[in-house]
Amino acid sequence: MSSHVAGLMATFLSAALVLTAAVTLAVGYRVIIGPTTPDRVVALDVIATNVVAIALLYAMFTGQGFFLDVSFVLAIIGFISTVTVARYVTEGDIIE
Amino acid sequence: MIAAETAGAVTVGPIQAVLVAVLVFIGSFFLVVGTVGLLRLPNVYNRLHATSKATTIGVSGIALAAWVYFGPAGEGLKGLVTILFLFLTAPTGSHMISRAAQRMGVEFEEGVTWPGHTDSEPEEPADTD
Repeated sequence: MSSHVAGLMATFLSAALVLTAAVTLAVGYRVIIGPTTPDRVVALDVIATNVVAIALLYAMFTGQGFFLDVSFVLAIIGFISTVTVARYVTEGDIIE
Repeated sequence: MIAAETAGAVTVGPIQAVLVAVLVFIGSFFLVVGTVGLLRLPNVYNRLHATSKATTIGVSGIALAAWVYFGPAGEGLKGLVTILFLFLTAPTGSHMISRAAQRMGVEFEEGVTWPGHTDSEPEEPADTD
């Protein structure tokens, strides 16, 4: 019974991982095509958010809790990179 | 398969499994909605409208699933911290991107004007200081 539940969970979580990875690859279209620079920044922000979701799903898939730390650090890095690029494209420099 | 070997560290009951499945499904659905919005909407402001809300809700759903999976008082609390951090930072980041786009001169859609202005040239939002 318990192993049956675990097997169903593993199948469902791997399906969710494949779906999230496919979605993240599709966002790359907007990074390449995006007509303006803010479009590319938005797409990279979405990729960072999706990678947080992938890390959380992988934590559940393998049952290893430290991937939650990985996802939290990835969220921090994604926010810092978004703010940095948004400042760079307007101000021209990041730290004056 | 990796999960079958290492899943013994965390025991998941049937009710927890159903909750995790529902939350992961909701999260994946909102991630797909955000991506479709990013790919299909015509303007950078409209794309921000789609992504900054939908992907935040999607990741929050998956983080809630991780909270249920790893136990409500154990390691799963890090998932709640991730949700709190995302709800603080995602609006800030999208606001900075939209302000940068407006300063770079990205035009609004046809017929859309800045709120309170009738001219086509958008100005800084009026502060009451």
